[in-house]
Amino acid sequence: MIRVTDLSKNYGVRLAVDTLNFEARQGEILGFLGPNGAGKTTTMRILTGYLPPTSGTATIAGFDVVSESLEARKRVGYLPETVPLYTDMTVHNYLKFMADLRHLPNADDAVDETLEMVGLLDRENGYISNLSKGMRQRMGLAQALIHKPEVLILDEPTIGLDPAQIIEVRNLIREVGKERTVLLSTHILSEAQQICDRILIINKGKIVVEDTPQNLQSKLAGAQRVQLRVRGEADELADKIAAVKDVQEVKVQNDGAIEFQFAAGKDLRPDIARLTIESNYDLLELRPINLSLEEIFLQLTREDVSAEQEEEAE
Amino acid sequence: MRNIWIVAKKEFSQYFISPIAYSVAFLLLVIVGILFTLTLWNFSNQPGLGAPDSRNITYGVAFLLMLFTPALTMRLIADEVRMGTMELLLTAPLRDYEMVVGKWLGAFLFILVVIAITLVFPLIFNAMTKNGIDQLLLISNYLGVILVAAALLALGVGISAIFSNQIAAFFTTMTLFIVLWWLVGAPANLLPQGGGEIFTYLSLSSQFSNNFIQGSVSPSSIVYFLSLTGLGLFIGSTAVEIRRWR
Repeated sequence: MIRVTDLSKNYGVRLAVDTLNFEARQGEILGFLGPNGAGKTTTMRILTGYLPPTSGTATIAGFDVVSESLEARKRVGYLPETVPLYTDMTVHNYLKFMADLRHLPNADDAVDETLEMVGLLDRENGYISNLSKGMRQRMGLAQALIHKPEVLILDEPTIGLDPAQIIEVRNLIREVGKERTVLLSTHILSEAQQICDRILIINKGKIVVEDTPQNLQSKLAGAQRVQLRVRGEADELADKIAAVKDVQEVKVQNDGAIEFQFAAGKDLRPDIARLTIESNYDLLELRPINLSLEEIFLQLTREDVSAEQEEEAE
Repeated sequence: MRNIWIVAKKEFSQYFISPIAYSVAFLLLVIVGILFTLTLWNFSNQPGLGAPDSRNITYGVAFLLMLFTPALTMRLIADEVRMGTMELLLTAPLRDYEMVVGKWLGAFLFILVVIAITLVFPLIFNAMTKNGIDQLLLISNYLGVILVAAALLALGVGISAIFSNQIAAFFTTMTLFIVLWWLVGAPANLLPQGGGEIFTYLSLSSQFSNNFIQGSVSPSSIVYFLSLTGLGLFIGSTAVEIRRWR
């Protein structure tokens, strides 16, 4: 549904998007992750026809976003980073305008149906200026969804929402993503982990990693990290554990938990448990830690930075 | 066409909830009302006249449009850019020129409503005198006013598309109107041996007061105002397109 080939965009000298290649199929929720300024918004703007690319091509449902822009735009619902709302309009009139722009035959029905879906039907006749931040975000989603587009492009859809609203919006995206293609950007990694079928990590306009959330985690986990918790002071025990062969990087956390990892391919958890008990400690917890996407992300982008610094040093 | 109409309809109804539009309409009608009173007073002091001169009203309306339209057009596109709603319009299945023309049309329809209200004053003149006023003259006057409004609004929309700040758009539009109304025609008086016609032709006020106000509807005047309208809309569409590529 979305196909991006060798896409580049430079603003003057700064290369915002650097020969990007990816695809998103129907019924797939693709997460676009990256730090601020990574090129997420620029890529989305190119896909929605707001900005032309410098080189390369992008198609939406087979239509080129530059040469067949209108056809491509008809098939896309877009929620930009700053929710585009006319604050002096009523909720109904705003959505009616969007429905008219999309040439929907039963605009009023479509408006009611969409408002129902985003849970704003009771605010239909209120002014947008009186809506809370979360409601405005849902209004933005409503205008993106009103024409039931084949492709949904959402730029940071949960930013600025409170936790309850975040859950609501995520559920909504998952719901609508069942039969559509969704491309959503975020820098909240747990969010991508929860809703996305596939994750693209992008940094400095380039794709760093592309995989499912599960694979991404196992691929990068590498050496197994373990957390151990005992009753009372743990510093002495930490020293003992550090002395065990094949145990690396022992750290005592602020809350008293000991974290360490084994050399690749080893699992010494039984040995550590025995050692703890033989040393007369009360073992409370011994569990593996999965590398969170936050850590994966930091690891990937940091490697990138250090590699670059090395290059610069040479 | 359909897209132009959708945008125009939205802009038109936006004016009815905008305080600026209301104050522009209110001030314009108050001043035209004063002109009406003065004309009436003058008429009652000169028993020889057959009817009050409705041209005082129509010239006043055109002059006030020149002063007030920048306030109506300044936000049309500049404000979309500032509020981020430009992203909405430029990613909707809508051609750039359809958006610009639609915005102009919405403003034009609003001004037509205001112009229609000013028609009350000449019609009172017409009703109060035995022979009535020269109705053909009135029609030519109003045709002129409508063409002036179309041209001014189009230029205002065009300039609004260049800026992302409405105040900048306002002052630039105002400056352009002052040049078109007063300054462009000035060299004509300084060139006694001819060659000044071109400046007279370019002057908005001469086009209006030498032709429509006198009751003569010349094709060249109509062409002048329609060209200005076309130019304004062209500038607007081009500026929106350039904004994309920048």
